Amino acid sequence: MIFFDDVSKIYTPTQAALRNVTLRILPKEFLSIVGASGAGKTTLLKLLIAEERPSEGKIFLDGVEVTSLGYRDLPQVRRRIGTVFQDYKLLSGKTAYENVAFAMEAAGAKDSEIRDSVPEVLDLVGLVEKANNFPHELSGGEKQRVAIARALVNRPEVIMADEPTGNLDPVTSWEIIKLLVKINEMGTTVILATHNKEIVDDLGRRVVTLEGGKIIMDEEKGKYVI
Amino acid sequence: MKRTLKNAWQSFTRNGWLSTATVLVMTLALFVIGGLMLVGVLSQVVIEELEGKIDIAVYFYPNSSEEDILNIKRNLEEAEWVKEVTYISQEKALEDFKERHKNDQVILGSLEELDGNPLEATLNIRALDPSKLADIADSIREKKYPIVDKINYFENQVVINKLSSIMASIRNTGLSVILVLAFIAVLVAFNTIRIAIWAAREEINIMRLVGASSWFIRGPFILQGVIQGIIAGTVSSLVFYPALWVLSPKLLVVIPGIDLFSYYKTNLPIFFGILAGTGIFLGVFSSFIAIRRHLRV
Repeated sequence: MIFFDDVSKIYTPTQAALRNVTLRILPKEFLSIVGASGAGKTTLLKLLIAEERPSEGKIFLDGVEVTSLGYRDLPQVRRRIGTVFQDYKLLSGKTAYENVAFAMEAAGAKDSEIRDSVPEVLDLVGLVEKANNFPHELSGGEKQRVAIARALVNRPEVIMADEPTGNLDPVTSWEIIKLLVKINEMGTTVILATHNKEIVDDLGRRVVTLEGGKIIMDEEKGKYVI
Repeated sequence: MKRTLKNAWQSFTRNGWLSTATVLVMTLALFVIGGLMLVGVLSQVVIEELEGKIDIAVYFYPNSSEEDILNIKRNLEEAEWVKEVTYISQEKALEDFKERHKNDQVILGSLEELDGNPLEATLNIRALDPSKLADIADSIREKKYPIVDKINYFENQVVINKLSSIMASIRNTGLSVILVLAFIAVLVAFNTIRIAIWAAREEINIMRLVGASSWFIRGPFILQGVIQGIIAGTVSSLVFYPALWVLSPKLLVVIPGIDLFSYYKTNLPIFFGILAGTGIFLGVFSSFIAIRRHLRV
């Protein structure tokens, strides 16, 4: 379970990215976080993997206080949360296969495990044929699927995706979302930050709406309202 | 470890241009450092040669007994700071004189006119340190040997002192110039590596975000520094071969004391060791420092 306990992120006194956010995310949930640009979606996700630190409040992941961890302990938490970014964040010097394998190497997996798991997740995202291509040889949708494969490969409890469809056309976007739904059905918590109305409305899952850094709505079968 | 090596080699070879540029700059820096080392050797040789030329001569009255002179020689040899004492007898002095002026009939003729040998026996004294010659000369004078005619130190004092001070300043300024230049070379190489790592900052950031530990990220970069250092050390020590082969004969004309090419050949292992060692240290140290701030994610 993930728990944001009264979290605020204040950049300057007049400008706060998040204000007093309290949020509980249950295991195996599919949660969409929606809101206009600058509403605080990305900040919320960055705080969860401690890419940024909150100004106030605490964040827990299964009882571990993420906000109190030092640089040394952060990798442990990050391996438990697979992250998918809008700009993919693939390592440009490595092939699709190596990008996925890197997350496992970093987590200290054995070579034999890597040889087994990487093709498996590449198959799941449908990219077996492109395994040896470098990121610049892949389309946007393919890159995002590599990123998802990388996020999945350590079998994390949570996948968090920050605008994963932001740079993709509608058809490709749907493929990515379907992939996330499939992953969720396999038992992984999914946190999806997006401002794509159609996707959110069609999903019919829990929706948290942010505005000006505050949660203004949290509905079990929500719609994109703003 | 295997993984670190693989990742280091992979990013070294896949970033071909950046690696080449870094290695080149480092090679250049090491070449400068190696060149400075050779300049140091060269100036050492020149200084030693000059120092060898500085000596004092003690002249003895004609008819002094050889035994007395050799007694003084023995005493001198035991004295502090004395490196070497050579005895030149009257006969030897005359021979040398004739040999030196064998083409000058006037001098040889006037020598014939004289009865006996007008030249004096001498002791030539060299000191371990030329600046101590004054003390040695003083100590001889103080003993007031009756057979000593004159000591030429007091005639050449100005020249000797000047030479000694020139050599001392060559030593000191030479060393500081070498150190400054070497420091600049190191700084340039350091900055190149910093830029190379700066170019990889996005990658480093991504690695952190997908859960890599600091050492897992740092390892390959540091190993790349080792690889760069070894290559740059090898290349720079190889480049000295043709460079010295061309340069050495020309230098030999000016400074006959040392053949740099053969000196380099015999000392190649040391040069390679120092250059590669410096390269590795530079690569590792620069990578370590440069990557630190990018890991704070």
